[in-house]
Amino acid sequence: MRKTLTLQNLGCASCADKMERRINKIDGVISASISFAAQKLFLEVEEGKFEKIVEKAQQVCRKIEPDCRIVY
Amino acid sequence: MAKRQKIDIAVIMATAISLFVLLIVPVDNSAKLIPYIAVYLLIGYEILFKAGRNILSGEIFDENFLMSIATIGAFAIAEYPEAVSVMLFYRVGEFFQDYVLDKSRKSISDLVDIKQDYANVEVNGELIKKDPHNIKVGDIIYVKPGERIPLDGVVIEGSSSLDASALTGESMPKDVSKGDSVLSGCINLSGLLTVKVEKPYTDSTASKILELVEYASAKKARTEKFITRFARIYTPVVVFAAAFLAVLPPLLIQDASFKDWIHRALIFLVVSCPCALVISIPLGFFGGIGRASKRGILVKGGNYLENMAMVDTMVFDKTGTLTEGTFEVTQIVPRNSTKEELLRVSAHAEGFSNHPIAESIIKVYGKEPDTRKVRNVEEIAGHGIKALLDGELILVGNDKLMEKHGIKYDRVDKIGTVVHAAKGSVYLGYIVISDKIKIDTKGAVESLKREGVHNLVMLTGDSERTAVHVAKEVGIRKVYSSLLPQDKVSIVEKLLAEMGKKKTLVFVGDGMNDAPVLMRADVGIAMGALGSDSAIEAADIVIMDDKPSKIPEAVQIAKKTVRIVKQNITIALFVKILVLLLGAFGFANMWAAVFADVGVSIITILNAVRIYKGY
Repeated sequence: MRKTLTLQNLGCASCADKMERRINKIDGVISASISFAAQKLFLEVEEGKFEKIVEKAQQVCRKIEPDCRIVY
Repeated sequence: MAKRQKIDIAVIMATAISLFVLLIVPVDNSAKLIPYIAVYLLIGYEILFKAGRNILSGEIFDENFLMSIATIGAFAIAEYPEAVSVMLFYRVGEFFQDYVLDKSRKSISDLVDIKQDYANVEVNGELIKKDPHNIKVGDIIYVKPGERIPLDGVVIEGSSSLDASALTGESMPKDVSKGDSVLSGCINLSGLLTVKVEKPYTDSTASKILELVEYASAKKARTEKFITRFARIYTPVVVFAAAFLAVLPPLLIQDASFKDWIHRALIFLVVSCPCALVISIPLGFFGGIGRASKRGILVKGGNYLENMAMVDTMVFDKTGTLTEGTFEVTQIVPRNSTKEELLRVSAHAEGFSNHPIAESIIKVYGKEPDTRKVRNVEEIAGHGIKALLDGELILVGNDKLMEKHGIKYDRVDKIGTVVHAAKGSVYLGYIVISDKIKIDTKGAVESLKREGVHNLVMLTGDSERTAVHVAKEVGIRKVYSSLLPQDKVSIVEKLLAEMGKKKTLVFVGDGMNDAPVLMRADVGIAMGALGSDSAIEAADIVIMDDKPSKIPEAVQIAKKTVRIVKQNITIALFVKILVLLLGAFGFANMWAAVFADVGVSIITILNAVRIYKGY
């Protein structure tokens, strides 16, 4: 399943790189890519795991940039 | 202005005034410690808070932490005004950085946003605006003059002219009336249109293009990958250098004071922030992608812009790319039969094909071929068609087909595509079909040569004579003719092998039958792709209309993007290394360090803006 999510308040480019690498390590993520310029997170995940993965991705982002929110 | 920004400005102003007052009040420095701490907390609480939170979650090399350590360190060596002012400068820098970042992000997204966020529908005799996500296929929507078409559909009432420049980059209006298909993203210029929706919002052209462009920014260019990898090691290296600088020289060098060297180390900490290096690079590539899409050129990733900028060899498919691809019968030469019979046989053989050559023959035949009479149709790639017409074997195709079946045919030396026909073993004659060169092909080839693309190659399935004629006309010297589809791949592979390392090969085709070649090339460009999902799918760069002049334009945009991105990397690295060196030898202060961080960010972001401005 592919989904495009918006990352609000993504202010730091090297943080985006960190987030991308950690989200890729979440169980069930096939691929994750962050566009710092477009403030988008492109997720490809295994079926049925989307909600859980987004929750975890949100935690990852908040840990690295506290103001960063995933909206969809 | 957002509430947050107002608070930021208030805090910055308050700090600046307090700092000024503290500096001019004639009291001993140590007595000012408490007021300085107060002002420092005012300007720095947010950074300190974030740093604290990030340490708890294990993030040490982040910007907030580095700034906090640097400024607290300045307090520790009794440089109070410096601690406060560095934090102040940093906040001011961040404020402007966020401002220009937001602005440039917004202008790029405006550049690529071709979606309409509402659709007019009729409810109880009244027009109301509805979220286009909730419009279903088959629904009727109304598009007023001046509005963008929200969803793909068919006009069922009204007539108007459309501006498709958002899709193609060309503002020539196109007239539409009842029965015509219309694509989302076009602007309705004159009359009210009633449109029956044919595709849901998310599958409509405008949404698809926007999605493609946004997704492209996530496919990172090599330069971007390199700089983020570099930033990953840069920060820890500089931080460790700072640690050594604070401790070793005072121990090893006589007369060296800890205070002085700690000060130098703090400069290192400020310069170690990685963001200034990285921030403008993704922005630059997205700007390039955005600018291209504004011109009807969809680039599917920053890496393709990079490859395009290094183009050395450009290979064109002839038909439909350099030429119109609309064929016209220019000669009918019967042998052993009549003109009518020759046309009848040819038209019936081609009756199942929608190839432009087939269409042109059927057009001249003037009637619908009776396909019930035709059986066992066999299309032999690169040869032609073999079938049974009224139970009799017919062969319609090129020289190779005739030779294969041992038919004696006329060797025709004419410009154009020659289609021979035979019934049983009797040769019926041939038809000559010619194609027109597009008006801007020649100009495009010249521009490409000016851009330094000297190795231009043309591939075609047509005969050598036609191929050479077209190539000469447009100014291409290398020609491969009489090719079968699979030959194109092997020629591209051969050309790739002949090329130097830092150079790339670009293939331009119509995206219909050349998917394997498009994939094999470093950059595959599909032309005239508007409305053809398969062409958009197969290519790396998609040119929405069919103008060859867009190809040199794409090269220019790619080169400009890469040039500015490289400039930005050079600026950022140069300033950072310079300040590190000056700092290490005691010639730089912490203000210079803050400039090397946020100042450089701002300069490089503004430089990146040049990529999509000025067209």
